[in-house]
Parts: sequence; structure tokens; C-alpha cells
Amino acid sequence: MRLTFGRTLVEIGLTYSDLYVVDADSASHTMTSLFAENFPDRFVNVGISEQDLVGVASGLASVGKKVIASTYASFLMRAWEQIRNTVARAKLNVKFVGTHAGISNFGDGPSHQCFEDIALMRVIPGMKVIVPADSLELRGCLTEVVKDEGPAYIRIGRDEDERVYDECLCRLGVANVVMDGSDVAIVAIGNMVSESVKAAKELRNVGISAAVIDSHTVKPLDRETILKYAMKTGAMVVAEEHNVLGGLGSAVAEVISRKYPIPIEFVGVDDTFGHSARSLGDLRKFLGLTSSDISRAVTKVVRER
Amino acid sequence: MIREIIKRGLNNNQVILLKELRLNTYKSLSSALRNLSRKHGIPLSTLKANAKVLRDLNLINVSNGNGVKEVVLTPMGHFVIELLNSTAIKDFTVDLDVIKVLTERSEIVRRHVLEMVAEAGSGHVGASLSVVDILVTLLTAKMRYDFKNPKWHLRDRLILSKGHAAPALYAVLATTGIIPRDELRKFRDIEGILQGHPDTEIPGVDMVSGSLGQGLSIGCGMALALKNDGIPAKVYVIMGDGELDEGQVWEAAMTASKLRLDNLIVIIDRNKYQQEGLTEAVKPLEPLVMKWISFGWHVIEVDGHNFRELLGAFNEADEHKGGPTAIIAHTVKGRGFPPAEGNNKYHSRPITKEELRLTGVI
Repeated sequence: MRLTFGRTLVEIGLTYSDLYVVDADSASHTMTSLFAENFPDRFVNVGISEQDLVGVASGLASVGKKVIASTYASFLMRAWEQIRNTVARAKLNVKFVGTHAGISNFGDGPSHQCFEDIALMRVIPGMKVIVPADSLELRGCLTEVVKDEGPAYIRIGRDEDERVYDECLCRLGVANVVMDGSDVAIVAIGNMVSESVKAAKELRNVGISAAVIDSHTVKPLDRETILKYAMKTGAMVVAEEHNVLGGLGSAVAEVISRKYPIPIEFVGVDDTFGHSARSLGDLRKFLGLTSSDISRAVTKVVRER
Repeated sequence: MIREIIKRGLNNNQVILLKELRLNTYKSLSSALRNLSRKHGIPLSTLKANAKVLRDLNLINVSNGNGVKEVVLTPMGHFVIELLNSTAIKDFTVDLDVIKVLTERSEIVRRHVLEMVAEAGSGHVGASLSVVDILVTLLTAKMRYDFKNPKWHLRDRLILSKGHAAPALYAVLATTGIIPRDELRKFRDIEGILQGHPDTEIPGVDMVSGSLGQGLSIGCGMALALKNDGIPAKVYVIMGDGELDEGQVWEAAMTASKLRLDNLIVIIDRNKYQQEGLTEAVKPLEPLVMKWISFGWHVIEVDGHNFRELLGAFNEADEHKGGPTAIIAHTVKGRGFPPAEGNNKYHSRPITKEELRLTGVI
């Protein structure tokens, strides 16, 4: 993911001569280093200081620059208040990219694994929240988001994710229906989209037709598609590498409960911290974020329908 | 090494060498010394011996950046010479008419501030009154500004990082005509545009604030973008002294000197109080001048209620190249409203119109 992030930044940097990238001493890990090599005058490493990162980005944006501010998602949240009180209140054109989000940084443990960022960013007025499912979608989303005015948060993992798309046109606020189905709709983001596709294929074997919806824009949520599939299937499962509190699950439930209440299940991190693991798979199992967990939730919710 | 320097002290010749090497560029130490020996009439051998001492103390260095040799001051060298320089500012001649205008305007602004807070029933009187003269000087006599077009892209920027002094900013903006005077009466009112803390929806307000400690980072971003674009505009950031408790201020202080932002000027309203008491009791700031110098800043101390000194300091900041300037403006909290002067009870206490009548403000 981050490699695609860096490469896409270089492409965007060629298109927009007023694009700045600011990083908090993590460029070689977020891969903004690729942008820095190509456009040294439009890159700032502010050092290990996330609050300052957000401030410097705000200042650049207030003079009319497009700004991408990037560092590890966990530590960017340290500057949540700066994001709220400066960037969002002044409606500045700063796009935040939180890397190493979710469980992607399995080795480093709970300090570096971030399951709270979607909730935190989602409650800030005017903030768009985008979680691409694979590197192609990231490329599409990033290109779109840079054209867009105002603040946004893009959440990505560390490593190359499993491919979901062969080609991807990302339209902000419009969910992608990855697989159609009629018994249940699985709404997912990030890596959980490919896990959901795996689950949906397994479920076919037991006679359950599951749709998979990639809701890459968590805010503003594509209520139309969500409601359409709620009506069509009558049962829903939300899957995300995030705390079940406050993330995509909550966003979907906010729509469903008001407009078309149906049984809904949540696959996510059960209000807990992560743990160091030797492999992504081990952590996925430990936290209950596998395709089997999604299948189990589907079986349960379909029975309740 | 700093202990060594303090213990042995620097002699006059060493100070001359440091000052000259800071101001001028020389390709080699020997050519510098020959030159300075002629200029100051000091024997070459004496200068050589003193230069060796400076080198041994790691105050000067011959750099070899980009294949070009240059005699430079080390960061410690800059620290020492800045320390020696940080005295009161030089005499600065100002037209008496300017002083008269600033004095009159400050009086009007102070009256506005008090009326606004009394009318609203809340607001920060003490911190607003201490910063009035700084704001009036900047917006009336210093900043490049088009009062008819507050979004002019070549303008100097102003960030009131101590956002609770918003009444002072609004009142000054009203005297320049950017904000309609009628709005002042609607300060903090649901119907008005003037909220309790600065907001970019308000004409003439360059940046939101209200949460302390964020303005300097923003100033760094602004100054960098303006500099890169070749726009000769300055960025002024006004901070409170209590605000310096925030760690982000010092993150930004390092960023500004790293980026050598000589178009960035910080003014610290040193009124010596914060919400819960004296700054030196809550979280001691002193020695404050030393702190800023050691972060790589040029530092000037002034009386923040003396227009001549303020203008002199802003002028000196213009002349300082290669890094940012911090102006520590010594002020009195509540200045101009006797019950509040140096009385921290007026930090955010509402004042009444009755109080204003009794004290002769209205």
C-alpha cells in the first residue's frame, strides 16, 4: 500500500505544482520519500512532532497549497485536536494519510496498531474518511481526493494488500459493489474487502448468496447503496480492521437503524488492543478478523433475518 | 563546552571575530583574518591565536558545503553571539505623529474591548488589554495590508495564537474598517459573526485559534509557502507567555530555525500571568530569552506598551536574515483598566457596565 502511496504522490506531484507533502520523520516508512526525492522543495520533514506536522500543513494550506500530511496512523491521532481545531474549523485543504493502520503492523504491537482512527476522524465536522481496499483503489482515491477541496483522512495499511480490483475507478462517496448477492450484504473496508470476498465465495458453497460492498468512503457514507442492499437482502454484516465501536459498523448502523432496521452483525476489533504477532495471519485470527469470522457472522445474521 | 566558555569568558578580539564572521562570508580563515586584521587594526598573530581558541571551543568552523569552503559559526557560535547581542533594541526614530495616532487608537481599542466584554457578559479582559498596543502597532503602522481586500495574497499574515485575546483583535480590525463597528456590540452573540475566539469566517482573520500553542506551527507553514513562492510577506504570530507551556510551541520553534524562516516573527505577550496564577509559579519559563536563543532564534526584548520600542523591534526583525525572530514584549495584564492591571482575577471574569461607569471608561 505505502509503495503505491509514494508512487501515486509522485504522479500527483507532477500534475500539481502547488502540492506539498509533510511528514513527521517517517518518510522512508510511509514512502513519502519518493515524493521527497522528486520534489525536495515541496517536501518538509518536521521531525518527530505530529502536532507540528498538522500545524505546518495548515499554514501551507492557508496560503493556497494542496497539502498531504502523512505519518503512522496511531501517532497522527496524537494531533487529533490540532486536526479538529485548526484544519477542520478553518476548512483547510489538508489531506491526512495515516499509514500502518489496522493490523498491518503486526510485529510492533498495540502501540503501533491503530483501531480507533476512523471513529476519531469521523466525528470531526467536514472531514471525509476514506479507506481503500487495495493499492489500485488507493491510487484512484488519492487522485480523486487531491482534486477535492477541504480536509480528508485516508487510512492505509503497511504492506501490499491482496488484490481486489483489476482496474478501479474511485468515485468519492460512491461504494463499489464487488460481488452481488441476495441473502446478505457484507459491507467492508480496507483489507476486510478481500477477506469478505473469500467469505462470500465459501458461503456460496453452503447456499448463501452474499453481496460484498466496498464502502471505501466511510464519510460521507454512500447511504443509497447501503439502503438498497439492506432492502434487497434483509441482513447485513460490517467488516473492518477497526474497533467495532465508532467505525464503519457504527456508520452503517446509523443509517440502517433509522431508515430500514434489519439484523446486523459487526466483525471488527472487539473494543480491545492488539498484540505483537509474527505474522499478519496470526494477528487476524487472534482478533477475529478472518474470512471465517465473517462467514460465522453471516450465518448468524441470516438466521435472524 | 558552554561551561568552558562561561568559565573562561571571551575577550574583545574573540567577540569581534564572532560578530564579523556571522555577518560576512569568507572562503578561508586566513583570508578572513588578514581582512579583519586590517579592518580593526589588530595584529594578525593576535587574531590567529584568538581564532584558534574559537575553533577549539567549537564556536567557528570551516564548512565545505557543496564543494565551496566557507568560514561559519557553529550553532553554539550563533548561540553565544546572539546571547551577547540580546540587549534592549537600538534607538529607533519614529515620527511623533505616528506615536500620537497609535496612542489614540489604542485608547479607542481598549474602550471597545471593555464594552464588548461587558456587553457579552463574558470574555478575557486581562489578556486582551495586555496585547492591545502590540496589535495596534502591527495593524496600523507595520503590516502590509489592503484594508479593502483582506484576502490580498501579498499581504503580511497575522495569527493571534493566544485566541482568547480575540476582543482586542476584533476591536483593532474594526478601527481599520475591515469589521463593521456594529458587529462589536454583537461579540459572542448568536446573531453576530464575532465568536469568542478567532475564526476565519471573520473578515481580516487569517487563522482560527482558541486552542493554545498551535499558531507557531501554522506560522511556519505560512512563512515557508510564502518564501518558496517568492512573496516578500511577513508572518506575525502573537503568543501568550502562559501558552509557552504547550509542547507544540517548541516543536515549531525548532522547525522555524531548521527552515531558516526569517519572514516569521513571533511576539510573546509577556504579561506574566496565566489562568491559575503567575507563569513562574505554574510552570516557570525563565530564563526565557535563553530558551529562544538556544532554539536558534534572534531575540529582542521590548516594553510591549512602548510604540517606539515595538516599531524598532519590528524593524530590527525585518533586517535579521537567516532565521526567525522572537520579540519578547513585557506587558501588564489588564493594562489601561486599573482594577484589572496586574490582577489575575480579571483573567476571564465578566465585567459589568456599572464597573465601567464607576471607573470612568464610559
